[in-house]
Order: sequence, then C-alpha cells, then structure tokens
Amino acid sequence: MLIKKPTEIASSEITDKRMYFNRRQFIESALGVASAAAVLPGLLLPGAAQAGTRLAGVRPGSTKAPFGTDEERTTYEDVTRYNNFYEFGVEKEDPALMSKNFRTKPWTVTVEGEVNKPAVYQLEDFIKPHTLEERIYRLRCVEAWSMVIPWVGIPLADIVKRFEPTSKAKYVEFTTLHDPAQMPGQRRAVLKWPYVEGLRIDEAMHPLAMLAVGLYGETLPNQNGAPLRLVVPWKYGFKNIKSIVKIRFLEKQPTTAWMAAGPSEYGFYANVNPEVNHPRWSQARERRIGEFLKRKTLMFNGYANQVGHMYAAMDLNKYF
Amino acid sequence: MRPWILISTFNMTQQEWIERVVKPALFMVCLIPLALITWDAFNNQLGANPIEKIMRRTGDWTLRFLFITLTITPARQLLNMPWLIKLRRMLGLFAFFYALLHFTNYIWLDQFFDADEIIKDVIKRKYITIGFACFLMLIPLAITSTNNMVKRLGGKRWQKLHKSVYVISIGGVIHYLWLVKKDLGEPLIYAALLAILLGYRIWRYLRKKAPQTPQNTMSPIG
Repeated sequence: MLIKKPTEIASSEITDKRMYFNRRQFIESALGVASAAAVLPGLLLPGAAQAGTRLAGVRPGSTKAPFGTDEERTTYEDVTRYNNFYEFGVEKEDPALMSKNFRTKPWTVTVEGEVNKPAVYQLEDFIKPHTLEERIYRLRCVEAWSMVIPWVGIPLADIVKRFEPTSKAKYVEFTTLHDPAQMPGQRRAVLKWPYVEGLRIDEAMHPLAMLAVGLYGETLPNQNGAPLRLVVPWKYGFKNIKSIVKIRFLEKQPTTAWMAAGPSEYGFYANVNPEVNHPRWSQARERRIGEFLKRKTLMFNGYANQVGHMYAAMDLNKYF
Repeated sequence: MRPWILISTFNMTQQEWIERVVKPALFMVCLIPLALITWDAFNNQLGANPIEKIMRRTGDWTLRFLFITLTITPARQLLNMPWLIKLRRMLGLFAFFYALLHFTNYIWLDQFFDADEIIKDVIKRKYITIGFACFLMLIPLAITSTNNMVKRLGGKRWQKLHKSVYVISIGGVIHYLWLVKKDLGEPLIYAALLAILLGYRIWRYLRKKAPQTPQNTMSPIG
C-alpha cells in the first residue's frame, strides 16, 4: 500500500540535519555542558544543550500502564514533521520549517498568582531540582489523529508543590511566548495571542500530568514546543501548550485560546471523549499516524481508570 | 495572433487544430495534479498523514477546475476567443473527476466503507453535508455532458440544468470555509475569486437587460 514507510533505519539513529550543520556549535555547547556537568555531576541540563541533543540522567520509561504503553511508538520523523503549532504556521509541515531559528536559550519561566513563592526562573533553575523521567503516552488530537510519544520531563505536581499554591489557587494558567519576530504565525490574528491554556488544580496535581523538556531521549525539537511544554495525555492535544513562559495560579477559571476562538467547539476541559460530538470531527474513532485503518477512541484516551474520578460528578456533555 | 493561422499552412482548419492538438494537450495537462499526487504517494512524500493530504489536494483541484471552467465564458467574451468554449466540457469533466477522487478517498481510504460512520458524518457535520450535496449535484452535469444528451434535453433545458454549477461552486467554497478549524485565509481567497467569476455574470446579465445590448448567441454545446 502506498502509505508504507521505509523502516530499515530508525529515525533516531540518523544524525539530525540541523545538528550536522551546527556541529561546531554543538561541539562548543557540548564542551560547555561538560564543564557544567563537572560542577553538577550526573545532571545534564536541557537548557544548556542544543535542541535535539541527548538528555542525560533520564530515568528510563516503562511500557507498563499508565506511565507507559507497549503500543508501537510513532516514528521520530512523524512526531517532528506533523505538528499543530500555529505560532509557526497553520499547516502541519509549517512548524518544522518555520521554527528552525527559534531561540530557546536563554529562557525564563515566570511563576505568579496565588502562590507563596512567586519567582522568575531561568529554565535551568526551574528544572534543576527534579529528576527527568521518560513517559510513553498516547497523544490524541481533536482532529481525530493520534500518536504514541516517549516524552522526557517532570511530573507537573512536583513543580506545582514547589511554588506552594495558596488555598485560593483553584486553577493553573499556562502562557506561550509571545514574540511575533520569532514566531511568524503570531503576525496574523489566527488565534488571540499569546496562546493560553489551563488546568484545574487537581488536574495539574494528577500524577499523569507532566512538563516535558524532551522526546525520544533528546531535548524537544522547536516544532514540538521547545524548550518546555505541557503534556496531559487524557486531554485533546491542544491542551498540551508549548513553549511555556508563564505559569499563573488563579482562583477563577481562565479562558483558554481555543475557548476564545470557538466556545461552542472547544471547552475548558477538552477531555478525550468518544461520546461527546464535535461539529467538525467525529470523536468516536481516530487515525493513529502510521496506520491505515482508524481505531476506536478510548474514554479519556485510555486513561479513564486514572482520571475518571476527577469528573465523576460532572455532566461531560456540558463540560466538554 | 491566432495560432491556427500558422498551422493552416499544414492544411489544418481551426476545428482540426483544436481537436487534434489543443484538446489532447489540455487533457494531459489536466492529469498533471493526479500524476503529482501519485508520484508523491509512491515516494513517501505525502507526509505523516497521507490520507489527509490526498483529501486536501484532490479537494483543492476540484475547486480549481470548477473555477477554471467558470473562467471560460468570461475569457472568451473579454478576450474575443470564442473557440475556448470547445474546451469547457473537458475542464468541467475534470472538475468532476477530481471531485470523484476526493469523494472516493473519503469513502475508501478515510472511512474504509464504514457506512454507519459515513451516514453520521454526512448528517452531523455540516461541511460534509454540503460537500456531499455538491458532489451529488455534479453527477447529472457529468452525465448530460455528451452531445447526444444536449440534443435529447434541448439547448434551453440543458443550459438551465447546467446553471447549477454556480450553486455547486458556492457550495464547494462553503464546504472549504466550514471545514477549516481557524485560519480562513485560503478559503477566503477562493471565495473572492468566485465572487469575481459570478459577479461578472451578474454584471453581464444586468447589462443585457438594458435595451440596447446586442443579442447573445451562445452555443450550449461545449
């Protein structure tokens, strides 16, 4: 069939073109990392490495549910060339093409709102206290396609606890960088920029939620939301906000970018749900990228046992 | 300069030139989009989601061929090239051909003949409803495209039937507008082009209604 792809060489074994062309810079930064590593043994900081470089000190992932899966992983090539990242253009191929020169270093993350420890962090300091771990999650896009991706990151709950949210912190809001000079997609008002997403505090504290800094053992490619993105596998892909610069704790539910764009189509929760109809796409089935026939979509993307209790009392037709 | 003037030294009439040279060449040109899609498919150039890509490209070309077909009448009138009408039928049939590929891709590769899901899709998703309706409306136009059918229907009735291509084109653009998640840029370009093509016809019609306009002797065949 014409959709078959050659599989002789795993895409992860091929030297990334960008890395090849930037090999001098890579060697320099590797030297820099080596000296940093001498100061902080055993820990390679993602912020200090070039996108696409190997992350060290990662706790290996498991194929056991719920933090892993034995389903076939989507190829590195497909994960990094088929992206929805409107900041770099609306076509699936745009982000990989348009984000090549995106600068993710230096990168700061602002933590504010209902927390005892608001601060502005350098990404390195933001990540430093935590051990990176690999998690193999399903990703289900609202457009009815899906992937299986080995992420590298930190449980969101661990980070949230560090800031000591106050009793008023009922929601967490995330914001993407707003920089039209670097993000050409932001020069047009396709969405209201910057991109904003949010979680209820109990969702943010759920052990499945993570902040990712890498995939396939390497730092995140720019088109996948470098250097820091959210991963909430039981929700539609657009909840997984990319290139995060701000985390704000709120008492009231924030309005997300897609809620503002189409309130009748995109709700705050956006939990994967095959039974709730969407005006554009049937959510009953999905096409796993790399596969031909569609498969049935699972409630909460197959994480119902883990997350179902958070929504037990809610009318999911209303809170879609 | 009329090309057939050059050719006529080879004892070819304009009619022969169109039949033997222009039409076969145009036929081959109209197949290029399909050839490119096929080439990309066999060379793994359709990206991570090939079925979606085929859907997009066959849909794009359906609209483009519809618009090219709708350009024939203004072009022959404005450029004074009446012979262009002889190419219109083939272009219209190619619009149907790409629509058929688009439809087949949906039924076969995308839904894999899941009648249940297809029926639900057609009923529930308004952009599919309108796309499906437009495809159905194209079928009678394709069937009645032969000279024989024009004769059987009679020029007037045939022309009346084929005016539905205006509705189909509007429906096609709405189909595109409604399916896009957020960025309306490209569908709006199509909408603007269609507004020009249909606007021209409204302008002609209004001018024709004014008493001094010469009689339009347009042949329905083509």
